[in-house]
Amino acid sequence: MFRDRWKLGARPAPAEAAPARPSANGADSRARSAVYSRHSHGLEEFFRCLEGETGLSILDLAGASQANVNFITNFGHRLYSEDLYQILEAYFGQGDFYANQNDAERAERFLAHSLNFPDASFDGALLWDMLEYLAPPLLQAAVTRLERIMKPGAYLLAIFHADEKAESVPVYFYRIAGAGTLMLTLRGLRRPAQFFNNRAIEKLFRSFRSVKFFLTRDHLREVIVRR
Amino acid sequence: MWTKRKEEEFAPKPPSPAPSIPEPVREPPAPAPAPKPGESELPRGVAAIGKSVIIKGQILSREDLYLDGEIEGTVEVPENRLTIGPHGRLQASIKAREVVVLGAVNGNVEASERMDIRKDARLVGDIKTGRIIIEDGAYFKGNIDIVREPPKPAAPPRPASPAHPSGAPAAAPAPPAAGPGAEAKR
Repeated sequence: MFRDRWKLGARPAPAEAAPARPSANGADSRARSAVYSRHSHGLEEFFRCLEGETGLSILDLAGASQANVNFITNFGHRLYSEDLYQILEAYFGQGDFYANQNDAERAERFLAHSLNFPDASFDGALLWDMLEYLAPPLLQAAVTRLERIMKPGAYLLAIFHADEKAESVPVYFYRIAGAGTLMLTLRGLRRPAQFFNNRAIEKLFRSFRSVKFFLTRDHLREVIVRR
Repeated sequence: MWTKRKEEEFAPKPPSPAPSIPEPVREPPAPAPAPKPGESELPRGVAAIGKSVIIKGQILSREDLYLDGEIEGTVEVPENRLTIGPHGRLQASIKAREVVVLGAVNGNVEASERMDIRKDARLVGDIKTGRIIIEDGAYFKGNIDIVREPPKPAAPPRPASPAHPSGAPAAAPAPPAAGPGAEAKR
């Protein structure tokens, strides 16, 4: 039954919306200007992990969108929506984005406002690429916070850019178009705080139970992390 | 002859046409001023709180309500639609049949039928509703709980006549509350 609903939800991407690939120097304008859809094995795996369950609490850090609300609540789950990137912009956007994040007082205010939930609140979290825009001290604090607010056995989906030569990467609104299909809308460009290879990702989530990687053709690493 | 004249005098006359009075030239009604950008047109039959109004306390409405001012407290519109206008600033818990947000809300919202968060609206709080529409550009931070109504059970077929075909006594109605009053009613 669950799988059938997946199939219904998985609509093929429109023909004209060919997936664009951000290139090494970010010169591919399609990825930076268009709304485009791409297949996501990580997303597919994320929902496969939750298969058969209803009434779960899912955290979505991409901000509220009709697509994500419909897709997740159709499975009978509760959705908690928070636009982490917008909150980051609001707290650290004036001036040097990453230098501001190293300001302990600002970082503390940010953490008081964001990702602030009771312990073991969520069964799943869609982090998208938000962790890339956190400077190291704040990143570590955010991951510790995530570990606290996720239930044991909960799953997280995170995305990391694999192209270490890119000066900036496109920041997207992530919209779920179907199980395993994402519709990405460009919201800006930003240099990530740091690039992560597999080893760095494993180190970041070392206190979690497992980390599973999905390499994509568009220079992304999709990661499923189990609490 | 006398009689005839009298009859003629008192006979009801057909109503004579009213003296023709030149009808005043009516100017076509002036068109209503177009709403300024950012202001929404208020539909008729809706109670409204204007943008310069500040209310602290409890609002209970039994008709559609449009809030464009500052409200702090609770707002209940159990059977109707609540619209929070573009200038509306609510620090309140809200309960309504339908909620449309164009302004800013800080508080939990319970919309039994439907919730509509429009572009440029800002909502921080938890939502419990049957259906939700979120336009791109709206800011929302909170929990969304979609309450799906359980399918209503089909009503049992009612017997055509009070006499039961099998001869068995018809199902007794629910027993009335115990007490002397209940006894007397039997």
